Amino acid sequence: MNDLEGALRQAVAGLPAEPPAAAGEKLAERAAADGLLDVAYAAVDSPLGPLVVAATPRGLVRVAYTEPGSRDEVLEDLAARVSPRVLEVPARFDEPRRELDEYFAGRRTEFDLPIDWSVLRGFTLKVLRATADIDFGELRSYSDVASAAGSPRAVRAAGNALGANPMPVVVPCHRVVRTGGALGGYTGGVERKEFLLRLEGTLL
Amino acid sequence: MSVRLPPFQSLLDAHRADVYRFCVAMVGAVEADDCFQETWIAALRAYPRLRQADNLRAWLFRIARNKAIDAHRARSRRPVPVEAVPETATSPSAGGAEDNEPELWARVRELPPKQRTAVFCREVLRMPYAELALLLDSSEDAARRSVHEGLKKLRKEYVR
Repeated sequence: MNDLEGALRQAVAGLPAEPPAAAGEKLAERAAADGLLDVAYAAVDSPLGPLVVAATPRGLVRVAYTEPGSRDEVLEDLAARVSPRVLEVPARFDEPRRELDEYFAGRRTEFDLPIDWSVLRGFTLKVLRATADIDFGELRSYSDVASAAGSPRAVRAAGNALGANPMPVVVPCHRVVRTGGALGGYTGGVERKEFLLRLEGTLL
Repeated sequence: MSVRLPPFQSLLDAHRADVYRFCVAMVGAVEADDCFQETWIAALRAYPRLRQADNLRAWLFRIARNKAIDAHRARSRRPVPVEAVPETATSPSAGGAEDNEPELWARVRELPPKQRTAVFCREVLRMPYAELALLLDSSEDAARRSVHEGLKKLRKEYVR
């Protein structure tokens, strides 16, 4: 084969299809060491469907229920709200994955995962911090949470803050229900709320 | 007003394979890994400061091109280990063909940097000239000429 076109075709075909598998891990390690891994994420399976779990160097920032196609939205939101330096690094999520598995298997009642609260602001932050203190198997009303957040009359605003909870399951907004005994809404749909409350024994 | 940059991972997913192929073609398989890592780390470092999200591929390959040039320079400064000192002095060329490598890439590596990059981006990535011009920081005409000149030099090697 002596013509350039043939040599080019052969040369292009000879290039590797993919970088070596280790290249991705190496890149993530280097990014973390250089302080460039602003947001790491991984997919985690659960009985409530696939989750995306994301963390900054300070701690967890996102736990998202994902439907087909909604994963990109979650990542785009993180890029806009936290940092565009968003990388998939499954190796950094062994501990969250283990704790979530244990929780869903009924073998864990609280999470020992650091949370990065710095991306939350104002009343939402207060409400979600108060919610994080509700123990496994306990229930609170929206007005309990509003009071705990320092604004007893802001019941509706508390409901909105819970609806915007970026870390469902780990920040247990499912433990907040309506005063009359109705379940109220839930970020991932009320079926998931029912599932979690049954898991915790507060709903029969 | 700041731009909405896509999550960096989407850039990595879309261009990881092409950047690696670029590195293999430009610096050889042995050093491709370093070129690949340096490119992505530099891109990740600079990413949040980007003021526009159009033409991310051209931006990325401009970084890759610079890293490949760095690798060439580093190699030409580095002493090359030899088993025995040859009786007549030979200067190692910028890049001979490596084992199992189509020799064309060794020829491409002997082209001036602009032509080298231009030939790869056109022939492997099928990059439009407008994008290639952005990458090379040149006019579209100059980009076209770089491809043309590069291919002309290579053709001399192949039509003997």
